Amino acid sequence: MSPEITTVEKAVKKEAVKSEPLFSAKNKKLLTDPLNDDNPITVQVLGICSALAITVQVQQAFIMCASVLFVVTAGNVIISLLRNVIPSRIRIIVQLVIVAALVILVNEVLKAFLPDISEKLSVFVGLIITNCIIMGRLEAFAMGNKAFPSALDGIGNSLGYAWILIVVALVREVLGSGAISFPGIGQIKFLPQGVFDFGYANNNLMILPPMALIIVGVIIWVQRSRNTKLIEAN
Amino acid sequence: MAIDRNSNKFTFIFAIIMVVVVGTALSYVSLTLKPLQVQNSLKKEMINILGSVGVEAERENAEELFYANITQRITLNYKGEVVKTSTGQIDPKDAADPFNVDVQKEFRDTELVQEERNYPIYLAEVGGKKLAVIPMVGKGLWGPIWGYIALEEDFNTVFGAVFNHKSETPGLGAEISEGFFQEPFEGKKIYDESGDLVSINVKKGGADPSNPHAVDGITGGTITSNGVSEMLKRTLGIYDTYFQENKTQLSELK
Repeated sequence: MSPEITTVEKAVKKEAVKSEPLFSAKNKKLLTDPLNDDNPITVQVLGICSALAITVQVQQAFIMCASVLFVVTAGNVIISLLRNVIPSRIRIIVQLVIVAALVILVNEVLKAFLPDISEKLSVFVGLIITNCIIMGRLEAFAMGNKAFPSALDGIGNSLGYAWILIVVALVREVLGSGAISFPGIGQIKFLPQGVFDFGYANNNLMILPPMALIIVGVIIWVQRSRNTKLIEAN
Repeated sequence: MAIDRNSNKFTFIFAIIMVVVVGTALSYVSLTLKPLQVQNSLKKEMINILGSVGVEAERENAEELFYANITQRITLNYKGEVVKTSTGQIDPKDAADPFNVDVQKEFRDTELVQEERNYPIYLAEVGGKKLAVIPMVGKGLWGPIWGYIALEEDFNTVFGAVFNHKSETPGLGAEISEGFFQEPFEGKKIYDESGDLVSINVKKGGADPSNPHAVDGITGGTITSNGVSEMLKRTLGIYDTYFQENKTQLSELK
């Protein structure tokens, strides 16, 4: 092959890449798939540990999700940019170092600017490192894809993680505490007083971790009965 | 690329560069945010101390209220003798300042000899009332518990108490940080009529309201409740000498 052809070929390739719109169907799928068909919690069953631990209050769950969103997305982009340089033999260690660094960063920022929430989340911010979703995305996606799709994949997966967490936290806080506390506004009652007058007491089981597992189970059940694609053949 | 990505040399160089870059970035962040974090934890402690003397404080006005209400900070040794007295502005770098004594760290450190332990006490003046605040640390079921108890001028009547915990069971032991558990402490006595220290017992199964030395325990939170009792008894025991001396001084003056 003459060198001219290769240059032409390269030019064609470049153009083909360029012509792909920013939000092509493929890229959109990266964002939407993890919300339902490929949800990290209900389908891949990853990140359950944090789903149990920090869903007692919506506020905590929200900050946790924001932190995870930052760590997955930034980690995905960094790894994706470095993917051609990272020596494959130490790639897991490199991923771990990047994730750990990002998590420490989040923790320090929370401690400095949101001390009260940081106190409530305590060790769970540090435990984002061990959240399987993050390493999973880095290894499975960012190592083999360009930066922009990787960023979308990170955002998509953390949103998939986030909505499950927020739903679980909503159920647990409303039934467990009877009210949802918003920063700066205070508690807003979600259960009408009549329910309490009728004899309902705040359900302490809701506040304990096992209840989160049961709620996640219920979400999986509802999701599978609506989305038959997910049901295994046997 | 000309470099072999899988050679040992490249792997080593990559690892070294990565560690240096990440390390530098993190230490930079840590150094820049440190002052803010120190401020936060100081304010948190101020809010806790103020809470035990019945002054509601927010992060924004914690410092102002603290200096307005807390008149003296004193460190005692394990025998209850005064080691250091401080007033005025707190210097976060001055380790000898009673406010900077990390009671939790000293409690955890089992290697630390008795002679080197410090016990801070804060004298406050709130609305014309003279009060003394004592920080306490103890063991709950899952992790540390801590709190502040405020005594009136006679070093006997409890003015208020606040408790907190690291990881007690939500809805059970964790309730020690709630008002319904803390309020019954108000007005209780730590000395009996003959002047012996009896502390305040957190009683399983409920306490007789007329009993000046006991409050209701938490159902399902017995170990945490016992932890609070133990913490009170041990801590007040150390301050006993100080209380006795200063109490007599006060009565002599009268």
